[in-house]
Amino acid sequence: MDTTLEVDGLRKRFGATVALDGMTFTVAPGQVTGFIGPNGAGKSTTMRVILGLDAPDEGRALVGGRPYRTLRRPLTRLGSLLDASALQPSRSGRNHLLWLASSQGLPARRVDAVIEQTGMQAAARRKAGGYSLGMRQRLGIAAAMLGDPSAVMFDEPFNGMDPEGIIWMRGFLRALAAEGRAVLVSSHLMGELQDTAGHLVIVGRGRVIADSSTADLLAAASGDRVILRTAAAAEAAAAVQRGGGSVAAVGQDTLTVTGLAADKIVILLGEAGVPFSEVAAHRASLEEAYLDLTRDAAEYRAAAPAAPDTAPAAPDTQAAR
Amino acid sequence: MTATIARHRPGQGREDAGRDGFGRVLRAEWIKFRTVRGWVIAVVIAVVLMDLIGLFAGGSVNTTCDNGGGRVLHGAACIPPQPLGPGGVPVTDSFTFVRQPLTGNGSVTVRMTSLTGRYGGGYGPASQGPAAGSKIGVQPWSKAGIIIKQSTRQGAAYAAMMVTGSHGVRMQYDFTHDIAGLAGPVSARSPRWLRLTRSGDTITGYDSADGRHWTEVGAVALAGLSATAQAGLFVTSPAYMSLSEVFGGTTGQVGPSLATGVFDHVRLSGARPGSTWAGVDVGNQDAFGPQSGQLEGFQRAGDRFTVTGSGDIAPQVPGGGGGGPNSTIEGHLIGAFAGLIVLVVIGAMFMSAEYRRGLIRTTLAATPRRGRVLAAKAIVIASVTFAAGLAAAVIAVAVGVRLAHDQGTYVFPVSWLTWLRVVAGTAALLAVATVLALALGTLLRRSAAAVAAGIVVIVVPFILGIAQVLPIGAAEWVLRVTPAAAFAIEQSVPAYSQVRASYTPPIYFPLAPWAGFGVLCGYAALALGLAFIVLRRRDA
Repeated sequence: MDTTLEVDGLRKRFGATVALDGMTFTVAPGQVTGFIGPNGAGKSTTMRVILGLDAPDEGRALVGGRPYRTLRRPLTRLGSLLDASALQPSRSGRNHLLWLASSQGLPARRVDAVIEQTGMQAAARRKAGGYSLGMRQRLGIAAAMLGDPSAVMFDEPFNGMDPEGIIWMRGFLRALAAEGRAVLVSSHLMGELQDTAGHLVIVGRGRVIADSSTADLLAAASGDRVILRTAAAAEAAAAVQRGGGSVAAVGQDTLTVTGLAADKIVILLGEAGVPFSEVAAHRASLEEAYLDLTRDAAEYRAAAPAAPDTAPAAPDTQAAR
Repeated sequence: MTATIARHRPGQGREDAGRDGFGRVLRAEWIKFRTVRGWVIAVVIAVVLMDLIGLFAGGSVNTTCDNGGGRVLHGAACIPPQPLGPGGVPVTDSFTFVRQPLTGNGSVTVRMTSLTGRYGGGYGPASQGPAAGSKIGVQPWSKAGIIIKQSTRQGAAYAAMMVTGSHGVRMQYDFTHDIAGLAGPVSARSPRWLRLTRSGDTITGYDSADGRHWTEVGAVALAGLSATAQAGLFVTSPAYMSLSEVFGGTTGQVGPSLATGVFDHVRLSGARPGSTWAGVDVGNQDAFGPQSGQLEGFQRAGDRFTVTGSGDIAPQVPGGGGGGPNSTIEGHLIGAFAGLIVLVVIGAMFMSAEYRRGLIRTTLAATPRRGRVLAAKAIVIASVTFAAGLAAAVIAVAVGVRLAHDQGTYVFPVSWLTWLRVVAGTAALLAVATVLALALGTLLRRSAAAVAAGIVVIVVPFILGIAQVLPIGAAEWVLRVTPAAAFAIEQSVPAYSQVRASYTPPIYFPLAPWAGFGVLCGYAALALGLAFIVLRRRDA
């Protein structure tokens, strides 16, 4: 059974603070969807709304077409990890999983299965209060996997993990997606999801800034910029401008050129006799794409999906600079 | 290190497959409770506290006494035998009885013209007579009238019509029952006619102001009344008590009293031919010392009988005068308040601990129907508390009463139904109070606040109510309107309006047992209802 998560026009205020401002996106099965944004962008609130924990002021969230609160054994449909520290410290990890399994009518062997799956056999019978953050993350993931759900949702799962754990987590997420599950993973660091997420939902100030496949996003963010390194910056700039390009100085020896392809720039510089050490088409990293998207208000608005006529006036929407 | 999961299609539509069971939630909450060792230990501590305090409630008393023959007795041997009434309740049954046997059906009729009395004094020098220094006056429940009694044995079944010191004409039977007849005092100018008729097991009482117009006061069946009963005139008068409230309690002066009734127009139908009136001192009244016999008894002048007696025909109550038993079974449940403190903490924390670290979100994500979570928690904590409370109460009462008896303390006997109500009621009280604390934990979310609220709402009123630190009126209000009213469920001996005693906490509660318990249930239901609403509406 495929489960799609649909988030549709969520709005929520906490007092004077706008937490969600028309949050809309979909998480499709079979791939990892990165849910990226700075702290306070509304990622956790969105996840709580999906789980029926917080009620939105407007909009709705559906899990496989149904509100989460109507699910009878929800952990068999959507597994989630919001806060790995949400544990009773004097209860062992295994007992924590045991009551969760009971609440879903799942047998105790599921508990042992997920303990093995997350590699926490050694710690399972110790009190959870003594766990490292990484071990708590594994316990939280084990809890999310108890019901063998067709969709999973993890809030900042890389937090507190050692490098080995991060590598394990990436592989784990990819494997879940490969099995056909819908996987939503939030992070405030784009780099964590660089090679893992096939799809990205970038958010700021409670709404979606960009919602596209990782490949498209990288291509768009790279734009037509060309990096030009030269000791004769002034002459080079003049030559490029004559050829119709626009130039911005990045450092003393480095210029960024837009409006001209790299090979055309090489020709222009050659004709003008300006020496250069490097001309290279810019290849954006996800991190840069993310910063680009959130830096410039104009680009942000252009990239944002057409929100229904409710887009508030400028100050609110100039998100996350 | 990558993907240790087997390739398979996840969660094949099992979501709606299982039973939509509340039992799952219940099991989950039970696992939650039993897997926190601190909570389980705390429940055991609550039981131990209840029992330790309860078993030694009476202190270490070692009663010694003299059997009258110079032999020193110890412990249980010192407990004097107490007459028991037909219902099994201990009774006082001492009066002057002027009687004849009555076989089969019949009736006794008298006119009363006077009821007077003396009280206090006594034990003066023999030369001045036993009533030296006593004052003139009847007690409110001095009684004079007619009686049909199974036998002259103390505790035997009876029904009686009587005039009283200040409660008008009454019909009383089998010690605990009391029906009002004509109001107002008796005197020569307003005499009272009294009649009892026996028909089979049924005895009917009548009164009249003029001997012509009779009113039925009551008809009662005395089960198993033998063919021949004793019928006649009686007079008795309970100890005088002057109770005055001192801060947080009562103090009283208690002394002997006697009453004298004047009877005429005495008619007995159904008597054996040839029988005559004979006086008997039921229960050795001796209110004014060994010489009391000079005072108690009867004189007859023609149709006019003057009968003087002392004592009472009434149930014994703790807190009454006259040195009756004062120890009750619930005295051994005093440790319940200590157990309550521990259990209130657990009840509050069973919910508030989930908020402390955000575990509540995991719980509500697993069971989005939030009311079920609260209901399951309430059932789990109530069951645990009830079971623990029941074990503790049974041990405290069963063993405590036995120990007290062996040490020579007379513990007020109660029927097994009352015993069950007191013991199971205490367990139920603890369970409901813990549920109240759980609801407070849900509403307040913080353990410290919830525990403090639980203590303030439940434990503090209880202590204020029974520790005799408040004026009695205030203490009784506390025990009427706060959750501590539920401790009324522990009251094993009822208060009788026809018996004068100090009916004050901690032995007597202002509300009936189940009414008091109902007050706590009301609070718990209210708090739980609010908790349901808040839990469902609030963002987790």
